[in-house]
Amino acid sequence: MSQTEAIDIDRDKGNFRYDVKYQYDAGTGLTEDTIDYISEAKGEEQWINEFRKRALKVFNRMPMPTHWATKDLENIVFENIRYYLSQGQMPSRSWEDVPDEVKQTFERLGIPEQERKFLAGVEAQFDSEAAYSHMKDALEKDGVIFVGSSEGLKKYPHIFKKFFGKVIPTNDNKFSALNSAVFSGGSFIYVPPGVKVSQPLQAYFRINAESFGQFERTLIIADEGSEVTYMEGCTAPKFETSTLHSAVVELVALKNAKIQYITVQNWSNNVFNLVTKRAWAEEGAEVKWIDCNIGSRLTMKYPGVVLKGRKARGEVISIALANDGQHQDTGAKMVHQADETTSNIISKSISVGQGRSTYRGLVQMPDHLKGCKNNTECDALLINTNSRTDTYPAINVQGNGNSVQHEASVSKVSAEQIFYMMQRGLSEGEAMSLAVNGFVNDLVRQFPMEYSVELKRLIDMEMEGSVG
Amino acid sequence: MSTEATAVQNASGVGDSASFERHLSLSALPEKWKKWKSEYWEKFESLPLPRNRDEHWRFAKRIDFELNSFQLPEPVSDENVAEALSRSELVTDRTSRIVFVDNQLVHQEPIPQELVDQGVVFMPIAEAMEKKPELVERYLFQESTDLGSDKFHALHNAYSEGGYILYVPKNVEIDAPFVTYHWQAGPGAALFPHILVAGGANSRFSVVDVQQSLFEDREGFSCAVGNVFAEEGAKIFRKTIQNFNTRTVSFQLDTNNVDRDTAVRGINLNLGSRRARFENEVRINGAGSDVKLYSLTVSDNDQEFDQRTLQIHNAPNSVSDLLYKNALMDESRTIFSGLIKVAKDAQGTDAYQTNRNLLLNDTAQANSLPGLEIEANDVKCSHGATTGQLDRDELFYFLQRGISKMVAQQLMVFGFFEEVIEQFDNEELEENLRGLIRGKFEKKQLDAVAPKLDDSNHD
Repeated sequence: MSQTEAIDIDRDKGNFRYDVKYQYDAGTGLTEDTIDYISEAKGEEQWINEFRKRALKVFNRMPMPTHWATKDLENIVFENIRYYLSQGQMPSRSWEDVPDEVKQTFERLGIPEQERKFLAGVEAQFDSEAAYSHMKDALEKDGVIFVGSSEGLKKYPHIFKKFFGKVIPTNDNKFSALNSAVFSGGSFIYVPPGVKVSQPLQAYFRINAESFGQFERTLIIADEGSEVTYMEGCTAPKFETSTLHSAVVELVALKNAKIQYITVQNWSNNVFNLVTKRAWAEEGAEVKWIDCNIGSRLTMKYPGVVLKGRKARGEVISIALANDGQHQDTGAKMVHQADETTSNIISKSISVGQGRSTYRGLVQMPDHLKGCKNNTECDALLINTNSRTDTYPAINVQGNGNSVQHEASVSKVSAEQIFYMMQRGLSEGEAMSLAVNGFVNDLVRQFPMEYSVELKRLIDMEMEGSVG
Repeated sequence: MSTEATAVQNASGVGDSASFERHLSLSALPEKWKKWKSEYWEKFESLPLPRNRDEHWRFAKRIDFELNSFQLPEPVSDENVAEALSRSELVTDRTSRIVFVDNQLVHQEPIPQELVDQGVVFMPIAEAMEKKPELVERYLFQESTDLGSDKFHALHNAYSEGGYILYVPKNVEIDAPFVTYHWQAGPGAALFPHILVAGGANSRFSVVDVQQSLFEDREGFSCAVGNVFAEEGAKIFRKTIQNFNTRTVSFQLDTNNVDRDTAVRGINLNLGSRRARFENEVRINGAGSDVKLYSLTVSDNDQEFDQRTLQIHNAPNSVSDLLYKNALMDESRTIFSGLIKVAKDAQGTDAYQTNRNLLLNDTAQANSLPGLEIEANDVKCSHGATTGQLDRDELFYFLQRGISKMVAQQLMVFGFFEEVIEQFDNEELEENLRGLIRGKFEKKQLDAVAPKLDDSNHD
C-alpha cells in the first residue's frame, strides 16, 4: 500500500450535526407496523418482510444477557428509539449527486478525500441508508460487487440469500434478532474466485439523528482463492439522549480465500454499540479481524471466526481504549470445527480515568479434531487509580494434538519510563501518551497506514488531561 | 443414637424436609445451634438447584445426582472403625490425629500437654462447643460462599455435626502436622465435615485433611466446608487429599480469611469422586500477606472435577499465587474457573493464577476460565492457562535413549505432577501421595494414552 499523508483529525471533528428533513421516519418504538413501514419505504420483497417479522418475535422473546453483562444494558429504552430514518435516497454513484447535508457531513469527515487518495471503493452510510457508493472501474470489470446491502438484496439475491443470516442466525442473541428485524444499510461485497483486491474497500457509518438506532447489516463473501480488505469507520455527534448502534456483520471466506476486516470505531460516548460480528473460514481460508474501539458508552463486541475447513486460520487483533463513562466490553471467539485449524487472539486495552475495559473470550476445540492450535494474549494497561479492567476467557479443549495457551497481564505505565521522558523535556501528558502508544505499537503497525495514524492521534487525544 | 432412631431418620433423603426435621429432633446440640440449623435449612429450601447456564456453573455437565438418594448414616460398626483406623496412616510423624467415620468421631489422639497448656485446641466441634463455646462461636458460621454453591453450603450448615476445630494461639509454633481423616462407609451415606482452622498472631502450624471411602462400591455424598482464619503474622499450611471412591459426589467449599503479614498455603490433591466440586476463596484483608494455592487433579473414566477459585485482594502490597494442574484420561472432564479480584485500595498487589491441563486421551475435556477484575492501577496481575498433550519431541528423545515408550510416558506424566507434589513439603506424605497416584495409573494401560508417536513420523 502506498504511503499517504496523515489525515488531520480534530477531536471534535465528528461532533456536529445537521437538521435534516427526513422523508422517511418510522417514529419511535418497534412493532410489526414499524417493520411494514421499513419494508414499504425500501420496496422490499415479501420474504424479507416475513424474515423481519419472525426476527421481531425472537427479539421480543429473548431476554437481555443480564446474567453476565453489565447492568448498563438495562438503560436502553427500546420504545424511545427511532428505527428507521432516511431521505429516501438511493446511494449516489457520483459525489455531486449526494444530498447537500450528507455531503457536507462526509466532506467534514474527509471521506471523499480518503477515497481519492487510496481507496478502491467507498460506501458512506448516513443514518439508515447508504448515501454514497463508489468503486473503481477496474474492480467492477473483475466482477467485484460492492454496494449497500439493500441494493445487494435487490440486485444479487442469488448470492445474497445463500449466506444471509447463515453465519449469524437471527436467534444468536437479542441484538442480532433486533438487527434482523430492522436492518438497513451496511455493505454487501462479493469477490469472485481468484480476484485479489489489492486496495481496501471502505465504508463509513455516520449517525446524525438523535435517539436513533443504526442497524446496518454487512455481508462479505470472498469466493475461492480471492482476497479482500474492508475497512469501516464510525462516528456520531454527541446528543443528550443515548443512541443505539447494533450491527450484524457476516463474513464468508471460501476455500483459500482471505478476508481482512478493519474497524476503527470512535462513537461519541453516549452510543450503545452492541455488535455481532462473525466469520466462516473454509479450507485453507484466512480471516483476520482488526478491531479498534475508542469511544461509545458501552461496546459489546466479540468478533469470531468459525474455522470450518482444514488448515483454516482465524485471527483477532484488538485495541480498546476506555475513558471516563465508557465500558469497552470486547473480545474474541474462535470456534474450531476442522483439523489443523489455527487461531490467534491479541487484545490490548487501556483504561483511562474511570474507564473500564473488559476482555471476554471463547476458544472451543471439540474431541473429533486434531492438530489445532490457539494462542491468546491479553494485556491491559491501567492509567489512573479509578480505572478498571477485567478478563474473562473461556477455553474448552478436547481432541488429539490440540493445544491452547492463554496469557493475560495487567500493569500500569512504568513510573521510571515517564520520569526519563520528562527529564528529556516532555510534559507528563506527552510522556504518558508516548508510553501508551508504545504499548499498542506492535498492534497498530498491523493497521493500514491511514488507520494507524488516525489511531495514534485518537489515543493522543484521549490521553490529553488524563494524567493526575 | 439408637439403631431404631437412625432407621426412622433414614426414611427419607438429605434433600427432604422430613429428614431434616428428624435430624433436628434427634440432635443433642445446644438450642442456639439448632436455631442456626433451622435458618440454614430454610435457606437451602428457598434456593434453586444450580443449572449449568448459571455463570458459576458454566461448563459443569454432571449435575445429575439426586440428593434424596443419600441419607444420614447409621452408627458405624466396630469392624469398620478398625478398618478405617488401620488405613489412616498417610502421615505418621504428626502432632495429633482425629478420625471420623460417617460423621462420627471414632478416634482422637491427645495432643501433647505442653500444647494444651499453651492453649492449643484440636477437637471435634461438638466437644469444643461444650468446652470452648466462645472459641467455637468466634469462628463457626462466620463465612459464606461466593462461588455458586450457596445451596449446598446451606445444606451443609443445616446438617453438619461432624468436623473439628483447630486453634493455635498467638506465638505458638508447631512443626509436625495435625492430621484428620473423614471416612465414608455406609451405603448412600451423606457426610458433612466442618473444618475450622484458626491461627493466632504469629502462630505457625499445618494440618492435613484426608477424605476417603472405606468401600469402593458404595455410593456416597460429601459436602465439606473448611474455613481458615489467619491472624496477623500467622503461617498456616492446609493440605487436603480427596480420594473418595468413584461412586461418590463430593463438594468442598473452602475459604481463607487472611489478615496482615500472614503466609497462608493451601494444597489439594484430587483423585476421587464421580463428580467433585472444589471451591476455594481467599480474602486478603491485611497488607503484606502472601498466599499460595496449589492443586493437582488426576481424572479418569467419566469423572468430573469442577474447580472454582477466587483471590480477593482488599488490602495493599499482598501477594497471591495459584497453580492448578489437571491431568485427564478417558472421558473425564475438568473445569477450572478462577478469578483474581483487586479492590480499589489494594495498590501494590502481585497476583498470579496458572491453570495447566494435560490431556492424556482424545476424549478428555479441559475447560479453563481464568479471570481478572482489577480496580487498582499500581498492580502486577496476570494469569495463564494452557491445555495440551505430552510433547512428542520429548517422547522421541526418551525413545532415542533406549527408554521404552511406556516408561517414558510415565516419567513425563509424573514430571508434570511433581511441581505440585513437592509443594506438600512432607517427604512421607509426598511419597504416599505418589503411591496413590501411581495406583490410579496402574489400573490403566498407559500405553493407550496420547501422543501417538507413530503418526508423527508422517507429519
